[in-house]
Amino acid sequence: MQRPRTAAYRPPQVPSVDQVAAEERAARLASRSIKKDAKVEGLKRLIAMLDLTTLEGADTPGKVKSLCQKARTPDPDRDYPSVGAVCVYPPMVPVAREQVAGTDINVASVASYFPSGQAALDERVEEVERVRDAGADEIDVVINRNAFLSGEYGRVHREISALAEASGDAHLKVILETGELETYDAVRLASRIAMDAGADFIKTSTGKVKPAATMPVTLVMLEAIRDFYRETGRKVGMKPAGGIREAKPALRYLVLVKETLGDDWLTPERFRIGASSLLNDLLLQLEKERQGRYHSKRYLSLG
Amino acid sequence: MANICRASRKDFRDAVVEAREAQEGWAGRSAFNRGQILYRMGEMLESRRQAFVDTLVNTAGYDEDEAVSEVDAAIDRLVWYAGWTDKFAQVFGSVNPVASSHFDFSMPEPSGVVAAFCPENAPLLGLVSCMAPIIATGNTVILIVENDAPTLALDFAEVLDTSDLPGGVVNILTGYREELREHVGGHRDVDAILSVGASTEERTLLEREGAESVTRMEFRPDRSPAEWRSEESQSPYWMTPFVEFKTTWHPVGR
Repeated sequence: MQRPRTAAYRPPQVPSVDQVAAEERAARLASRSIKKDAKVEGLKRLIAMLDLTTLEGADTPGKVKSLCQKARTPDPDRDYPSVGAVCVYPPMVPVAREQVAGTDINVASVASYFPSGQAALDERVEEVERVRDAGADEIDVVINRNAFLSGEYGRVHREISALAEASGDAHLKVILETGELETYDAVRLASRIAMDAGADFIKTSTGKVKPAATMPVTLVMLEAIRDFYRETGRKVGMKPAGGIREAKPALRYLVLVKETLGDDWLTPERFRIGASSLLNDLLLQLEKERQGRYHSKRYLSLG
Repeated sequence: MANICRASRKDFRDAVVEAREAQEGWAGRSAFNRGQILYRMGEMLESRRQAFVDTLVNTAGYDEDEAVSEVDAAIDRLVWYAGWTDKFAQVFGSVNPVASSHFDFSMPEPSGVVAAFCPENAPLLGLVSCMAPIIATGNTVILIVENDAPTLALDFAEVLDTSDLPGGVVNILTGYREELREHVGGHRDVDAILSVGASTEERTLLEREGAESVTRMEFRPDRSPAEWRSEESQSPYWMTPFVEFKTTWHPVGR
């Protein structure tokens, strides 16, 4: 893929976001009722779009193995798709790699001093290279919020470009950490800078900061992706992450994508949801649709 | 008089989510603390005694004396079950004689989430008589109320709200049990069902729907308000249908 040159980057002029309109539109799209066959189809698609995530200090190889098991066969009794990717900390990449070998599941990992990004660029680049060499298919990096909030947009761009360079063939997902960017205008600008710098995906949050993914923030980022596509012809993916625990809000994100970007983005290649506990709720709702009875989490494995 | 909510199956579903969320914390409290809270409920009901008497007279058609005795009986019943919370396990648990060198004991544990179809008679006391023995042992409950004075159940929710009861332990739904029972019976996250005054048809339906998830079922006939007031309507054996006995074998050396 083409990486843009970084020599003289001029901070882009992005349209300002109408906060009230963005929230209004997101709320309106969230009010659609999705039932029966459409719901089942949506739920199955969400499983395939899931980045099943565990990013805890207490992660062990055993926990990652059971996560991968669940990623391969979300419900052993049913023929549901496997998830899009498993997302783990760098030391767990080899474990995850081994567990998902021979499947379509990608291994994603976080790098560049996740979740704060507070480190020198060299160290962050080096970590991305290490994760890439360990066999990650997708690398989630955080932007330097310190530089962004200080107005050093050129530096943010330069750093993401360097991380993109270091990621090689691995897909680069750039985490904006929208909970720390304060305004929709800032989200919009950061989205554009990340896409200019070569991001394959833009992602809302690390999951460590509240608020994490919200509907309006996702809408603003999706609109940035749409405008970037119209201008350059490059299709950048979107990944809301953090705080999406239930099937109903997750389905609303699909509506948002469909209405903003269309069917081209309704694939695991261009849309992902980062979550750890969402999968069980998806399975719960699928089972309810199948049996016609409300189901219980006690019948599902932990996770 | 008032517009009363007519609970749908989705309200019931949401109530189960709340009840499930609250159950572990409620069961994890000390038995004594659960007793304190039940006792507090009695106190809060007593402080609003006249209001409940008036409502019974005005909406349920009670005469004054009968209304007073129903409210007083409800207060006493809460206090009675409050006393049972920290004695129940001793009375119903047991140390079992076994042939090997084990210390073997059986202890009651709460079933979990219980759905209760409340009696049509005695709108206040019937509700209390169903609720108190269920929550005393650490279950959470969804009370389904269909009678001529459902506002009493909602007034009672104010009592619950001011007695330090954690959110989600008692959930009250007003509505038609005929509309809800199929979904209550089939809900796999409901551990036990109490149905007071079930018709044969309702009983069959609940048992059939609950069979797949082996839901515990307890059926009781409805009683007259006077019968609900009598001591026959309170018993530790009203708590036992909603517990599971866990037996532990603990090796002992010699």
